[in-house]
Amino acid sequence: MRRELTTSLLAVVIFTILLGLLYPVGIWAVGQVAFPGKADGSLVHVGGRLVGSSLIGQDFSMPVLDKHGRPERDSRGDPVTQPDPKYFQERPSQDSYNAAGTFFSNRGPNQASAVAFYKEGLASYFALERRYNPGLTAAQVPVDAVTTSASGVDPDISQANALIQAHRIAAVRHLSLARVKQLIAQHTDGRFAGFLGEPGVNVLELNIALDKEAPLT
Amino acid sequence: MLQGWLQIAFFCAVLVACMPLVGGYMARVFSNETVGLTRVLGPLERGIYRLLRVDVRREQDWKGYAKSLIVVSLMFWLALYLILRTQTLHPFNPQHMHSGTWDVTFNTVSSFLTNTNWQFYGGETTMTYFSQMAGLAVQNFVSAAVGIVVVVALIRGIVARREGHRGIGSFWQDLVRTTLYILLPLSILGALLLMSQGVIQTFSHYLGFHGLNGASGTLALGPVASQESIKELGTNGGGFFNVNSAMPFENSNGLTNFVELFLILLIPTSLTYTYGRMVGSRRQGWAIFAAMASLFVVAVAVVYIAEQHGTPAQHLASVNTHAIAGSTGGNMEGKEQRFGIADSGLWTAVTTVTSCGAVNAAFESLTGIGGLVPFADLSTSETVFGGVGTGLYSMLLYVILAVFIGGLMVGRTPEFLGKKIEAREIKLTILGVLVTPLAALIGAALATGTKYGAPSVYAEGPQGFSESMYAYLSQANNNGSAFAGYTGYMQPNGTNVGAHGITFADLLGGMTMMVARYLPILFVLAVAGALVRKKAHPAGLGTMRTDNPTFVVLLVGVVILVGALTFFPALLLGPVVQGLTNQAF
Repeated sequence: MRRELTTSLLAVVIFTILLGLLYPVGIWAVGQVAFPGKADGSLVHVGGRLVGSSLIGQDFSMPVLDKHGRPERDSRGDPVTQPDPKYFQERPSQDSYNAAGTFFSNRGPNQASAVAFYKEGLASYFALERRYNPGLTAAQVPVDAVTTSASGVDPDISQANALIQAHRIAAVRHLSLARVKQLIAQHTDGRFAGFLGEPGVNVLELNIALDKEAPLT
Repeated sequence: MLQGWLQIAFFCAVLVACMPLVGGYMARVFSNETVGLTRVLGPLERGIYRLLRVDVRREQDWKGYAKSLIVVSLMFWLALYLILRTQTLHPFNPQHMHSGTWDVTFNTVSSFLTNTNWQFYGGETTMTYFSQMAGLAVQNFVSAAVGIVVVVALIRGIVARREGHRGIGSFWQDLVRTTLYILLPLSILGALLLMSQGVIQTFSHYLGFHGLNGASGTLALGPVASQESIKELGTNGGGFFNVNSAMPFENSNGLTNFVELFLILLIPTSLTYTYGRMVGSRRQGWAIFAAMASLFVVAVAVVYIAEQHGTPAQHLASVNTHAIAGSTGGNMEGKEQRFGIADSGLWTAVTTVTSCGAVNAAFESLTGIGGLVPFADLSTSETVFGGVGTGLYSMLLYVILAVFIGGLMVGRTPEFLGKKIEAREIKLTILGVLVTPLAALIGAALATGTKYGAPSVYAEGPQGFSESMYAYLSQANNNGSAFAGYTGYMQPNGTNVGAHGITFADLLGGMTMMVARYLPILFVLAVAGALVRKKAHPAGLGTMRTDNPTFVVLLVGVVILVGALTFFPALLLGPVVQGLTNQAF
């Protein structure tokens, strides 16, 4: 038994060094040489400033100002926000796009609270987009626009969702609709090799392209 | 939907094409033959034996083999507990994480030791990089290897031809060879491939950023790629991040998703081929594969079709869940755009037929019928591919059971590959088969029947029951996926600081996982020890064949029968109710 214990203890040490330290550090070293940008998180800089990661969805809302020009706060003291009309909007997020504390929405298939959530989601989508898409109906709104993603930081929206928002962007940024659609196409990640996964429009990259193309102060 | 079916078909084709290659290679590793990698890894392998001071030429009998397995597991348990409870002392801790509470740590340690990777903790808010690498990822390797060596020992018991032989192999040799020659090389390949597509591998602290319009955010980082590949390959499933493989840093596009799915099923499927090679008849391996695959295909089809349909809550709110131009439609709640319905559905089936439990979509947000699929998969007790090694040995127990039932039907002494199945084997087999369902039902009964289970439940009505039921089903099957509303850890500050565990759920879950892991292992090794001594008889005219379609049907029947009889009443109360109604609760 004593012998079994020593062997096991030695095994713990050897396996931990080999698999727990040498292996991950080795992979890291290869990554630094072969795929430096990707291994570090596909970070995106604009004008030397880190603005996020192209793989991570983020918040494109802005604070609501009260009549004195100060940010309005809700009963809990958190700033009230609304979607920033000059940017494409991500899918709804249950954790406010927090990439450092992710969790699932755990919204069930038959929950009464889920029905209310989707109704509210549709209403705010209409509130934002109908002005630029007269006659927009629920049947035209793609399901990804009102459902929360799994990660809460889904970087992509569906093409249908982007094409509806394109009308707003074109109007706010004084761009032609055709040009906005062109930009959408440029920032759509297709299926890998044409058939793996689903196509999605990368919202952060698209918004950066917009800021470059038609900057608003 | 055609596009989705195409992806699923392609995935299955690639997998089956790789089985003979990987399966044949594993057979050579387990037979202690020289393989291509021996030139590189041979010195390391021999060096490890020397350091461990074990003589691997001496075979162990089943008791010796079991003793080594249990003692080393115990040591790893203590080591991991020590690591997770001393986080403030760690190197590679740029976020200055504190340790978790004792009860949630008990759960986590038991979970990783047993290849379950049930997660009450959130990775990026509670674990240091050191804990993830040197603690959790090490267990991803070791627990996978332990599962594999048990089935190898069982196969050796089946194929031994000398009466009175007792040795079923050297545990240490099997453990080291499985890790060095199978798990490590495949993990390295997987990690490099994942990293090339954006899965991160960095030791940097978390990065703060300010978005285009000034909104601030933080990017959690870490050495993910190295852990991600072994997490899938070893059917472990414990995510580096709380949302597991839904997180883009763990799973960044259609290709990484494909690679990860491939890694999950690679070893469990290939082992059926290994089995065929080692027993000297590939047909035996393909027969088992056929039984597993038939149930798997049904699971994939059901979950894909159900998820494409959308949920009652979405329909009641008049959300359009049909496919329209530029959107594939379906129930996108808790799913990522880059995976869509097809890849999320495929993943859901893959991760629950195996004991992986990694997720790329939120199970709790599946449709009623879609959510029934994980339940049904777990009800088959890991026999449909199952975890690495664990799946095949669970299935082999069912094979012995099916042979026994078949023998009763035709009135002959049951024989399995030339060996008589007698009272001792069948008793051990039945015990091995029943432990997992029993652990699941007892756990779920305690959690739903007493007041102590209530604080863990998130949703109301049948959904809440589904959460509890699934939690113990998943932990008993060493799966680790969750209807994630179910919780055992409260983090008011979002970190380990000021957090407290729900002791009841943590301890009950931890015990469930350990009982349902180690008891079956002991029974399987005992079966191996009983079979290895038996004389093999040549098959006669009346011997029931175990490699033809009739037997495959019988085997599938036995699996479904045992699963359905055990779990059907419980499933009615949760997902079936939700699938049959259009109402909201």
